[in-house]
Amino acid sequence: MSKSFTVTIQRQDDPHSPKYSESFEIPYEPGLNMTTVLQRIAATPVTSDNKSSTPVAYDSCCLEEICGACTMVINGRVRQACSALIDNVLEESAGAIDVKPMSKFPVVRDLVVNRKAMFESLKRVKAWVKVDGYHDLGSGPRVSPHEQEDAYPLSKCMTCGCCVEACPQFNDKSPFIGPAAVSQAILFNANPTGKIDRDERLEVLAGPGGIADCGNSQNCVKVCPKDIPLTDSIAKAGRDTTLYKFRQFFGR
Amino acid sequence: MGKQNVVVVGGGLAGLAATMRLAEAGIHVDLISMVPVKRSHSVCAQGGINSVNEYTRQQGDNEWLHFDDTVYGGDFLQHQPPVKEMCDWAPRVIDLLDRLGVTFNRTSEGLRDQRRFGGTMYKRTAFAGATTGQQLIYALDEQVRRWEADGLVNKYEYWEFLGPIVDDQGQCRGVVAQDMFSMEMRSFAADAVVLATGGCGLVFGRSTMSMICTGGAAARAFRAGANYGNGEFIQVHPTAIPGTDKLRLMSESARGEGGRVWVPKKPQDSRDPMSIPASERYYFLEERYPKYGNLVPRDIATREIFDVCVNMNLSVEPGRLCVYLDVTELPPDTQKKLDGILEIYEKFQGDNPRKVPMKIFPAVHYSMGGLWADYERNDKTGGMVMGSLRNQLSNVPGMYIIGEADYQYHGGNRLGANSLLSCIFSGLFVAPTIENQLASLKDGSAADAPSSLFEGAVKEHKQKTDDLVGNQGDENPYHIHQELGDSMTRNVTVVRRNKDIEETLSKIAELNARYKNVSLSDKGNWTNQNLSFTRALGDMLLMAKVIAQGALQRDECRGVHYKPDFQITAPDADNPKELRKQATTWCQSFKKKNDQWLKSTIAKYKPGGSGDVEFSYEDVDTSLIPPRPRTYGLKGAEIIEEVWREMLAAADNDKKAKVGA
Repeated sequence: MSKSFTVTIQRQDDPHSPKYSESFEIPYEPGLNMTTVLQRIAATPVTSDNKSSTPVAYDSCCLEEICGACTMVINGRVRQACSALIDNVLEESAGAIDVKPMSKFPVVRDLVVNRKAMFESLKRVKAWVKVDGYHDLGSGPRVSPHEQEDAYPLSKCMTCGCCVEACPQFNDKSPFIGPAAVSQAILFNANPTGKIDRDERLEVLAGPGGIADCGNSQNCVKVCPKDIPLTDSIAKAGRDTTLYKFRQFFGR
Repeated sequence: MGKQNVVVVGGGLAGLAATMRLAEAGIHVDLISMVPVKRSHSVCAQGGINSVNEYTRQQGDNEWLHFDDTVYGGDFLQHQPPVKEMCDWAPRVIDLLDRLGVTFNRTSEGLRDQRRFGGTMYKRTAFAGATTGQQLIYALDEQVRRWEADGLVNKYEYWEFLGPIVDDQGQCRGVVAQDMFSMEMRSFAADAVVLATGGCGLVFGRSTMSMICTGGAAARAFRAGANYGNGEFIQVHPTAIPGTDKLRLMSESARGEGGRVWVPKKPQDSRDPMSIPASERYYFLEERYPKYGNLVPRDIATREIFDVCVNMNLSVEPGRLCVYLDVTELPPDTQKKLDGILEIYEKFQGDNPRKVPMKIFPAVHYSMGGLWADYERNDKTGGMVMGSLRNQLSNVPGMYIIGEADYQYHGGNRLGANSLLSCIFSGLFVAPTIENQLASLKDGSAADAPSSLFEGAVKEHKQKTDDLVGNQGDENPYHIHQELGDSMTRNVTVVRRNKDIEETLSKIAELNARYKNVSLSDKGNWTNQNLSFTRALGDMLLMAKVIAQGALQRDECRGVHYKPDFQITAPDADNPKELRKQATTWCQSFKKKNDQWLKSTIAKYKPGGSGDVEFSYEDVDTSLIPPRPRTYGLKGAEIIEEVWREMLAAADNDKKAKVGA
């Protein structure tokens, strides 16, 4: 008999239904990742105790860990399902795999959660460069390689939700906008044109749900799949908002 | 009169570019996307985006040469005015992206850095690390969010486009879409509908494309009467990492730095590859192309890898097709230069490619073909008339096609780093057309159309969905998809033979019959992904037919479409006189082939007829650059080019003589 392993998935039929868990027996083969396992379950949704079920709902898109869609909690660790290789995951957990949706967002169904709050936070911090228009006005400002090397890592944020999942301060009782949005505010405040709106962003960071709500647990930077220096952004946000408040106080 | 409204379907680079440009003009946009737009497939583009720049200009480059490279690379199958317009605009497109804050790599002076890509002599490609597509789409996503905050854009993310709403006069008046969470179905009235719905890689099962690239939206527009052009032109990239869920790209630079491609001489040799001695390895690219070795052009590398695995049964593994791409022999400092891509391999395969050869195989990568779109030629410039009501317009009035979903820009083969350009360009360029279209509407807005039109359309889609959900059968949609992908990949990708394509067409017919007995494992009415997939499967079967039938009928070799049975025999004589004679015969065959096949394939949906799809052929506007043979790698390349030039000159003289008489 060929080897197999058990995947236990926390399921929920819709936002108002209770949670339950189901286990599936997956035949082992080398090279599997979590998204393949979910595809296999979708093709044959039969549980370990031989009960017919429905395909597990989950988000996925690029499968290259660049779109951020398939974020979920696998063996207690938040990460993308596509880059979660089964061989590695099995090693962590001695043969069984436990999968849950992210806990900081409303569950839509099974592993699908609604991350709209993260995109709304990007609106709040005005995470864009306010250009005059899209007509031809020549090239943008010059940017030194040093500045580009600072900006590029921040700009790789795929709004996947890992950082907020790991953040103790981000929850439905707190207005905290979370590390990703703070870091985007810092990215656009550093942009030669984007810095024109710097004060508006700092106003948000200095206000309710802003930087003061960060508890400095530093969990975010540990789970970021893109190695974004989130704690550096948070530290910078702290300094910049302090200076901003000083300037406000002295009326300039 | 109701408020005018535009619906953009698809939030990749093309859809976002169109949306932001329309919003800037004060036009309200409903943006519909199956995924949060930031997660669209454009994020997967790595290399960069092409344009002439100050650096290349000083080496003699200009917009015309970019245009020439693009049509030559595409084997002259594109209408030339749109391509010329795109290349003319390219520098301005990149300037705009620069202003929007894209983190392009920089020179020490703070200018945009450029790299060189395939199919050109110039360093035209601007890039942002190894994730240029991601960086570009983020910039456009941010701009659209700005307009969303201002109330000019309503995003409908996790909404699936089910089809256009076309009235009795044939005018597109909106779309029907479904909320993928609540499964609510509703109509969206629109004075213009823009489809920016990307490619159809999933027709081939696994590809380098994202899970949303089913071609479903294109098929739904096709069913509603939109024509589809050049479906058979599907680009296959030579080196991808075969995964159980998708095929991930492995950059050409691995070979550029000295990586070698090989297979064990003994089929499916189960030994550790590192223990197989050199004498028992088949370095097939090096043996077959001693001059170019592992750096043969993309299409050739793709064909040879395919040949070794499929025809010679020398695939490394028994269960799946792959060959070794070996960088283990490279010195550590060379390996270090490849760190970026080697890490991708390590992350997804779990093996360290510095110590174990990588297993790679060609993968379906891009759809050059797409929904048919029009343009108006500018006779003064040779490009397009900006703002013309015809630009990017499908044959269904009111429905526009942009991005990878259209067939306009890449002909028989796409050059690297031109896709990001064509997506953003077509998105920006369609906006003035739509502005003019909206201004020209004298009879109010689509919202004023009789409500029965919209209600009827929704009802029709509800009925179709109910039928699909209620279907009682024993066929599994995922298994049908796998069989479709296997057959399409085996017979309609790299090397195409009519006998094989016919086999796939029979398979498609069989799968279509089985699809009627498909049964959903989820019949619920909340976030039913099973339904969404099964519906798209029906569309993929239709797209497969368009691709395979188009490939069957096109008896020639052009761009990526390679049919060995219809290849013109290459000159091989050593004697110069004989070689010239052979080259003349070659050129005559080439001319004959172009007379017959330098035409776009146009597929039209004809339900009920023999096979649902009808084909016709459209002349290609090659008025700016006369077609010429692509002779890369041919023995008599120089002599062929010489003879061809003479033939062109003679034909020209004939024409002048006739005009004179």
